[in-house]
Amino acid sequence: MPKEDSNNMQEYIRREKEINEMLRKKPLLFDADAQSHSLYFLNDWLVLPGYFEPKTGAGLMLRSLEDLLEQDRKREEDGFTRRIRLGKLVKSVRGKKNKIVIVPTTTEPKFYHDDSVTDEDTTGGSGEGEEGEVIGKQQAQPQQGEGEGQGAGQGDGGDHEEGSDVYDLGRILTEKFQLPNIKPKGTKRSLTKLTYDLTDRNRGFGQLLEKKATMRRIVETNIQLGNINPGDAIDTSKLIIGPDDLVYRIMSAEKDFENQAVVFFVRDYSGSMQGKPTEAIATQHLFIYSWLMYQYSNNVISRFIVHDTEAKEVENFHQYYQLQVAGGTRVAPAFALVNKIIQNENLARDYNIYVFYGTDGDDWDSDGKELNEELQKLLPLVSRVGITVSKNAWTGENQTTVEKNIAQSGIAEKRKKEFRIDGFNADTADEPRIIESIKKLVSE
Amino acid sequence: MYLIDQHTKRVMEECKTRAKANGLEFGQETLEYIVTNKDLLELSPKVMIPTLYDFWVNDVEVLKEYGKYKLYPSNPYETVINSRPAISFYNDNNPDWMNIMIFYHVIAHIDFFQNNRLFKHTWNDDFVGVALSDKRLIESYRSRYGRWTDYVIEFARSIDNITGYFQTLTRMDYPSEMDPEPMVSYYFNYFLPVVIGAQELNIFKEQERFNELVDKQGELGAKSFFSDIKIKYPEFENTFKSYKPNEQDSDLLEFICNNSPFLKKEGNNWMKAILTIVRNTAQYFAPQIRTKIMNEGWASYWHDKLFRADERIVGHEVGYGVLNAGVTSLSRVGLNPYAIGIRLIEYVEDLANKGKMTNEYQKLVLADDKKKFDLKTGKGKKAIFSLRENFSDFMLINTFVTQEFVDKHNLFVVGKRPNPAEGTIEYYVKSRKAEDYKKMLIDSLYHPPVVVADENKTTADCLYLTHKFEGKQLVQDFIPEVLNGLSYLWGGEVKLETTDIVVSGDDENGEKHELRRVLYTFSERKINKTNL
Repeated sequence: MPKEDSNNMQEYIRREKEINEMLRKKPLLFDADAQSHSLYFLNDWLVLPGYFEPKTGAGLMLRSLEDLLEQDRKREEDGFTRRIRLGKLVKSVRGKKNKIVIVPTTTEPKFYHDDSVTDEDTTGGSGEGEEGEVIGKQQAQPQQGEGEGQGAGQGDGGDHEEGSDVYDLGRILTEKFQLPNIKPKGTKRSLTKLTYDLTDRNRGFGQLLEKKATMRRIVETNIQLGNINPGDAIDTSKLIIGPDDLVYRIMSAEKDFENQAVVFFVRDYSGSMQGKPTEAIATQHLFIYSWLMYQYSNNVISRFIVHDTEAKEVENFHQYYQLQVAGGTRVAPAFALVNKIIQNENLARDYNIYVFYGTDGDDWDSDGKELNEELQKLLPLVSRVGITVSKNAWTGENQTTVEKNIAQSGIAEKRKKEFRIDGFNADTADEPRIIESIKKLVSE
Repeated sequence: MYLIDQHTKRVMEECKTRAKANGLEFGQETLEYIVTNKDLLELSPKVMIPTLYDFWVNDVEVLKEYGKYKLYPSNPYETVINSRPAISFYNDNNPDWMNIMIFYHVIAHIDFFQNNRLFKHTWNDDFVGVALSDKRLIESYRSRYGRWTDYVIEFARSIDNITGYFQTLTRMDYPSEMDPEPMVSYYFNYFLPVVIGAQELNIFKEQERFNELVDKQGELGAKSFFSDIKIKYPEFENTFKSYKPNEQDSDLLEFICNNSPFLKKEGNNWMKAILTIVRNTAQYFAPQIRTKIMNEGWASYWHDKLFRADERIVGHEVGYGVLNAGVTSLSRVGLNPYAIGIRLIEYVEDLANKGKMTNEYQKLVLADDKKKFDLKTGKGKKAIFSLRENFSDFMLINTFVTQEFVDKHNLFVVGKRPNPAEGTIEYYVKSRKAEDYKKMLIDSLYHPPVVVADENKTTADCLYLTHKFEGKQLVQDFIPEVLNGLSYLWGGEVKLETTDIVVSGDDENGEKHELRRVLYTFSERKINKTNL
């Protein structure tokens, strides 16, 4: 065997082992993903094997997302519509937290045939089975499916632990949609975190010469030495510079002051919220959360509350998103619970508090008196309360009970600084509409 | 990206020798590269052509691929492009036995690219080189015209899927003496059916009369024929002169490139170059998607045949078996082009070997006789080589998906229906009839809409497009944006005549559909839609 071959032998053996392993594990080509039924889905890369753990992450980009979004913004100036949308890829891992990755997507508009109206939903199959026999089933709405695209989808949930991606999404939202930046509430809180900066001054040595201060010292010294006399022209060549005259900035540790926020996500999880209204609310709340994460450099604590006729706190976004009951609806207890938490934990002192509430507008307390009371209690403590009414199709353009009650109380006008409400039709709420709504809720 | 090592290259060269001995024909030189996952993620939006021009949509795709990769790390395996020399990309160093299989697969693809007639227009150039010069040209425009370069690319790409690919192929081989004289063509193809509205039968009779005259008297016959016509239809001569034949430009992109008043303006010439680049690029890729089943079937057929005969792989038969089954086994649900392709090719080989592609066989009635029929012609190999030379996916399916084929492989059409009680979607065996299976396959084949410029309705201020309705409406969401771009390229208004399918309520038999011819008008940046 030639020498070069024996050098590679080890590598070949390793590869072969991997491939055998992979062949044993390789699942059937068919999976529940409808896309894979298409004739053009399979290609050589997919079917010929050779699965490896990736060695490196893909890092270097051709053009950064920022550049692409900047270019997209210019399109509007040029009179064309924007084309880049942000999508989420969600992968659910059984028993673990969902993974979310934010990706840009775009579709090239072309003349395409539209199969949706006329096409029967069929594909090919093989094997045993009489005509008419059922050969497989699939959840109509996958509980924690994986999906791609804009807005909400089933499985949009996912814990908010995916720090960096959520932060990125917030940054992109802020930049792309020009969401406002936050004006911090007076209270700042010191964290145990230290930052190092060139803040202290030191004479004699240091990292950065402070020219102005140094000059002042030199002048002072030379006045004392008599080298500078008032009224005479200064001969700089005669000036004497002592080592202590040099003033430097020097690296020093600083306690960091940062704003931090606690945000309450509250939603109605009664039966009428099922489907579209919940999806719209969950998407919006995920976006808001991302935006706050960016605004507060990840110093955001989130709390989740769901309510029907009673309110309860849930642990994470996943539960917040998934829970569903068939009960009735009373809004006031939800805000009562928020007030209780704020009071018990004394949150108002140290935090900027945000409360975002999503509902389909239903409320059994038709006079809204209790709700009004709770809101009056809450509003002085918070930076913003934002209510989203995600209307069901049957509500149409009519005002919902919640909207009516709020309008009657006049809160929206009186406390414009802390309180916003927005309503949209859940069926037609796409990403731009949801973002639009966020702007209404969070703008100054 | 680096070349495979010498040892592996030797394996490849040996594979080539054996493939050639079996009748495959391809250029001797090939290049094989090892690429990283990242290379592949970046190459895939460029359809694996490393030198393809840059465009922001590709960048967005790459970013998306990165995101996907974070969630679903996977290794694409091998891919080959139709360049000269043919270039193929591999993911890593594989064990020899596996390389042998993969190389045979790749070699068969190369053979297909270089011999199937649908690729004929790609035979004279190396596309990687062509693309590189295009890329440089576009880069130079970009530095001069900034982002307007990208707008022009974008607008051109909005119609690059409807380029006249088949017309390009036709032009290449078209015998010039095939076309009749313009006047003859006008009289029979336009004047009689369109202007006069004559019955088909009468047109045939007229053609017969014309042919007879020409047979008997030659040139003179044709002349006397038309002098009669001019007397019979006084308007004939004038309408003939004003008639613009529709076939000069093979597609919309070419039509705009040649006729747009805006592109003719001084200083806009560079846009034409971009349109041409986009069009040529689209045409280069056009045959691949139309021969997916043929190409993958062909490659699978040969990797299987050549691999099993290769003594270098002794000891790895089982590994190969598992691997090959993963590639070419029929899915329980779903369409696998490898599986269908290889089975159709083997089926054709079998038909030809037994002499079943003959009139004699067709005349048989009894199933038993059909089964026993075997002339032992040994012409199977010749038949599949002719298949690889002349057939596209559509022709393959349309000709050879028979009941015999469907039964042999237990194929059926899978239907989907909701089961509201369980909250599930059921997959069920919908039909085992060959005609249904064939229809399902043909319906799932790539087929872009036909949208052309109507030259008789187009003016300098208005580009008039017609969509030939083939049972499916256009995706309506995209229409305004496409028209917006075309309006820019034309420098005026754009109209599109198309057909909408209007769902008019449910009845017992399901939804009722109604066809409605509509006209979109894009003018002054506004879209307007009226019924015709």
